[in-house]
Amino acid sequence: MDAVGTVFRLIWELGVYLYTVVPDLLPIILALATPLALGALCGVLNERSGVVNIGIEGIMLMAAFFGYLTGFALHDAVGSGVSIALGILAAVFVGALLGLVHAWLTVSVRADQIIAGTMMNIAAFGVTGYLNRLIITPSGRGGAGVIAPFHLPDAIANLPFVGPILVMFLDQGPIAMSVLFIVIALQFALFRTRWGLRTRAVGEHPKAADTVGIDVYRQRYLNVIFGCALAGLAGAFLTLESTGSFQNGMTNGRGFIALAAMIFGRWTPIGALAGALLFGTATALGVVVSIRIPEGDLGDIMRSIPSYWYAALPYLMTIVILAGVVGRSTPPAADGVPYVKEGKG
Amino acid sequence: MSRLRRAAGRIWRVASIPLLAIILAFIVAAVVIVVSSVFTSTGLDVFLPLGAYGSLLAGAFGSGTGISNTLVAAAPLILGGLAVGLGFKAGLFNIGVAGQFLVGAFAAAVVGARLAGAPGVIAAPVALIAGALGGAAFGFIPGFLKARTGAHEVVTTIMLNNAAVLLLTWAVNDLVRAPGFSFPRTGDLGHSALPILLGRNVHLGIPIAVLAVFSVRWLLDRTTNGFEIRTVGQIFITTLTMTLSGLLAGVAGAIQMLGVIGFYAPGITASVGFDSIAVALLGRSDPIGILFAAILFGAFRAGAPLMQIETSVPVEIIDIIQALVILFLAADLIVRRVFRVRAAKPVISELATVTRTWAGGAPPGGGA
Repeated sequence: MDAVGTVFRLIWELGVYLYTVVPDLLPIILALATPLALGALCGVLNERSGVVNIGIEGIMLMAAFFGYLTGFALHDAVGSGVSIALGILAAVFVGALLGLVHAWLTVSVRADQIIAGTMMNIAAFGVTGYLNRLIITPSGRGGAGVIAPFHLPDAIANLPFVGPILVMFLDQGPIAMSVLFIVIALQFALFRTRWGLRTRAVGEHPKAADTVGIDVYRQRYLNVIFGCALAGLAGAFLTLESTGSFQNGMTNGRGFIALAAMIFGRWTPIGALAGALLFGTATALGVVVSIRIPEGDLGDIMRSIPSYWYAALPYLMTIVILAGVVGRSTPPAADGVPYVKEGKG
Repeated sequence: MSRLRRAAGRIWRVASIPLLAIILAFIVAAVVIVVSSVFTSTGLDVFLPLGAYGSLLAGAFGSGTGISNTLVAAAPLILGGLAVGLGFKAGLFNIGVAGQFLVGAFAAAVVGARLAGAPGVIAAPVALIAGALGGAAFGFIPGFLKARTGAHEVVTTIMLNNAAVLLLTWAVNDLVRAPGFSFPRTGDLGHSALPILLGRNVHLGIPIAVLAVFSVRWLLDRTTNGFEIRTVGQIFITTLTMTLSGLLAGVAGAIQMLGVIGFYAPGITASVGFDSIAVALLGRSDPIGILFAAILFGAFRAGAPLMQIETSVPVEIIDIIQALVILFLAADLIVRRVFRVRAAKPVISELATVTRTWAGGAPPGGGA
């Protein structure tokens, strides 16, 4: 009886603790969720059209590097603001270009899709590490700078209830701010437009789609390229909006967590955002619990858990969520299955 | 004479695409080196690739030290390649070799340090077995999850890789940190270290790796070329294959720990993870093929530092070459067009399952 009482008290204390901590964390949570959400959207667009892409991690890394390199190279010539804007454009372009490569490999050549994605990840690690050592490290110069985040007026930020939510989505740099709008637009596009209907058709039943005159290859190409452009935007966020520098392998598994967020969100844009926010929350809490520790027994328990366990939390959570969710959610029927046109070898 | 020719023909049929893929990868990487030489202090240098490949070769095979470095670098790649290849045979993609390698290395380091004073005949094998079991346990988790819940091993093993780095860092800091050192690390190995057989660094782990090649080959022959791995009892086989795969990766970590590194400290990186994938693909999941592929990539790793010192071409060119090799194997169409070969199509047919089981559930019966 006593033990049950203790457990309830601890749960109550945890609830109170989260209630006091989370509102302050909301902007950080969105910032942490941004690359995950954009990566997950890339996955949604790819897989909804029937192409598996585990190379999101690599595409993000390449885009992060080339976006940074562009901002870095043009910084002195055109000034900070313009160079960063061009850097973001370059990152999106690199993402789209690598999307073209992935589409060509998976749709036209019909190479194994998982192997193609693995190739992308290894290539990204090699190319960015190579050029980093060759160009950026020897120059010894500082970064390309970051975009200054937008700040809401205090009057709005201090509104009860809606204030923290508005701050979360609008007190951000442009890329993080745009995430919500991209998600809503894609949710609408995927389920309410002709393009969305076609995309889902080639992902669920390409043969039927082909029969009614939809160009399966073209639809898959477009989706993969556009999706990977979003992964490129995620890369730009990492170097040009979040950290302002490039480190080798800095994506650090985000591309794969994004895939888990996509599966968690059952291949829908809004679900993907929800999954990304969940991982963002886990990461943010992992950092904050070692800084702001509550009083009482709960604090003692939290102090007794080593900080490395908190750091590992998002990864362990990905595994638990995959194991718990994946069996009960249905991927697009033709996901990962190359399409062969009638009469073509 | 004609028998010799037939044998050569048979080898060519199997090995032509991988060999040509390597050649093509070197050619494309040479273009990368030339183009990127614009950014160096010396400026555009068309002959830089020749110099770079020359020192790569010299570093890997040019001296007795070079050759033994190549063998030492190849040993964990042989085991890691076998780990990935065994998974492929069962339609599983184990990207978790890096994590299993680290867990194996850690387990071997901890047990080895504990047995440092015991006689070597006991200490070294026990530490080696500890590493194998550590890797096996870490391979069991994704295998079991895949079998029971359908959670795809590609994502779970990568998450476990990241978690392993953090949790092992914690373990070295808080659980098994050896006293008397200025940084967190495990204790000295003492008698648990693998004996050096030849020269300065050719350790017992190398023959162990070669032995593993023939063990896996025997295992695959027993299971009628791996066919039964795919058909008999999916849940059991998936779990068992991932466990065995993890075991091989754990042995790779253990021999590297007991034969080369000597103690576990945070920041030990496992490039073995990605390298093993390239080795398994290049060797077409065949144990003998993996042996040769591992020696090749071992040579790259052994020769690359000399290349970077002598020609300033960054060692990361090795990763680029690996990615290109995988690209040309996955899209062998390119190789066929360039070299106009009509060799047997190098299908690792088991791989189709890897993609088909994506996102869980049974492989769809031809959704197209």
